[in-house]
Amino acid sequence: MSSFSVTDTSSRTKWIAGSLVIFYALVTMIPLIWIGVTGFKSPADAISYPPKVVFDPTLEGYVNLFTTRTRQTQEFLENNPPQNWADEIVRQYDMVIVGPSKFGERFLNSVIIGFGSTFLSVFLGTLAAYAFSRFKIPLADDLLFFILSTRMMPPIAVAIPIFLMYRNLGLSDTHLGMILLYTAVNISLAVWLLKGFIDEIPREYEEAALIDGYTRFQAFYKVVLPQAATGIASTAIFCLIFAWNEYAFAVLLTSATAQTAPPFIPTIIGIGGLDWPAVAAGATLFLLPVMIFTILLRKHLLRGITFGAVRK
Amino acid sequence: MLKKPMERVAAATPAPIAHSVRGLSDRAIAWVFVAPTIFLLLAINIFPLIWTIRLSFTNYKANRIGREVKEIGLRNYERILTDTDIWLNMQATAHFLIWTIVLQVLIGFTLAWLINKKFKGNDLWTTIIVLPMMLSPAVVGNFWKFLYQPQIGLFNYIVSFFTGAEPSSFEMLGQVNLAPWSIVIVDTWMWTPFVMLICLAGLRSIPDYIYEAAEIDRASKWRQFWTITVPMVLPFLMLAVLFRGIENFKMFDLVVQLTGGGPGSTTELTSINLKREAFEKWRTGYASAYAIILFVTVFGLASIYVKALNKVKER
Repeated sequence: MSSFSVTDTSSRTKWIAGSLVIFYALVTMIPLIWIGVTGFKSPADAISYPPKVVFDPTLEGYVNLFTTRTRQTQEFLENNPPQNWADEIVRQYDMVIVGPSKFGERFLNSVIIGFGSTFLSVFLGTLAAYAFSRFKIPLADDLLFFILSTRMMPPIAVAIPIFLMYRNLGLSDTHLGMILLYTAVNISLAVWLLKGFIDEIPREYEEAALIDGYTRFQAFYKVVLPQAATGIASTAIFCLIFAWNEYAFAVLLTSATAQTAPPFIPTIIGIGGLDWPAVAAGATLFLLPVMIFTILLRKHLLRGITFGAVRK
Repeated sequence: MLKKPMERVAAATPAPIAHSVRGLSDRAIAWVFVAPTIFLLLAINIFPLIWTIRLSFTNYKANRIGREVKEIGLRNYERILTDTDIWLNMQATAHFLIWTIVLQVLIGFTLAWLINKKFKGNDLWTTIIVLPMMLSPAVVGNFWKFLYQPQIGLFNYIVSFFTGAEPSSFEMLGQVNLAPWSIVIVDTWMWTPFVMLICLAGLRSIPDYIYEAAEIDRASKWRQFWTITVPMVLPFLMLAVLFRGIENFKMFDLVVQLTGGGPGSTTELTSINLKREAFEKWRTGYASAYAIILFVTVFGLASIYVKALNKVKER
């Protein structure tokens, strides 16, 4: 770098630009911070006016999120002392914990379906991407465009025939059905992203391996796969996030056994309406992993969200 | 510079020899590798699409299994295209689409431009700004409903703090004149970072020497902005608009959670309307025709747009 360049920005401009961006960042964080904070409020504090910034933190929201409770008579409460700290919290409403809520189950469904479909889409996507990247496939461009165009359909439009098809095949409300569906949705992303990553690996590597007596297949998994590891990992995280966040198919095609967390969280009801601290607690637990992944992914973020169209 | 031994060996290998060494033939491998993906997409995307087209010519209702299905030709299409309510849904969708794109482009570009001034810590703040767009729209939308509550919500409190209006005097989600804006605000909050990231990539792709040359020619900063920065970022910006346009045309989860299409049907975007026809009224045949119309619309608009985009890129 030269010590003086006309394109250098003055420190005053930098300062102004910096403060404006930081201001925007702080404003944009308010709703997210509010979700985190509300999870630790009592229901009364959550709906007080003016909104409380200082309050006594409590784990009520989290207890309500994970348990089902019933009201009990005074007599019952006196004869049965609280079993643990969680029980103690619900006692202030004359209630006792009678069992776990469905949240754990729904969360687990999200994990199973998310990881299952991610594994499948990345597995199939890597194979297809390698083939598109290295071999001459007739109509390759048309096939790639076809793969992408499946993303343009509104999910509800796809859901109508899928609903009928799954009803006939017995796949409605099953983990397998949702895994297959999310794989079909994510595979276009996986193929496009991975093709970009594999295109960047020089062909000469494999060709050298082929000369050394490797078969094409060995060259693929001993030379190309390790080189593409970062790309495969970030593609996997993108697929996982999309499957994790998906709502439209989940709400239409699942109800009891395979329902994931996004359709479930908004339905958490407390006494007299929505139990906002419990909703916030559920949202926090659900959103936090994605935020962590986003921070890990930041270098590849742009590529992932544009299907590989923009590479930095 | 070649560093690793493998790279040196690789560079020394003439390509034709490499091509002649094979295990299973390349063509066979290519098909084995591509086939599962194509098969899955045919089974879960194309076959259903064809089924939808079939259904769109019938009066099939999915909740009545035994009922006889009649072929009714183009009647579903005719009914949809002449239905004034559907044009209202289209208008609501257009309002949502246009305003989210305008706001996101303006704010997103400005942010990218500011971040590109390379102040200290810009990477950290960029990462923070990006967070909302990766989150689940349904879960976030549901929580925004809480922020929008007239008496207790944080949004109303902040607005009243700055304007002095009573926090219970307006209902973002309940009033016909405000509800369309409430969904625009949340979508802009979520997706501005997307436009910002793409613009930032565009700005960073402009080499410094172009500005240096302009400086030597004594072009003003203002002129440099309009003759260098804007044209060079434009293809990126148009790509961002394409993505946002397609996504928001399909918009369902965020708005369903926020307003459910209400009040009345002021925020009933086409996807929500379609869901109602297909899964509440169970007019499967009618909804299928509707779905086909929507799909053709997105596909048509996107193709025209991509042509325009390619023209801008060629310039």
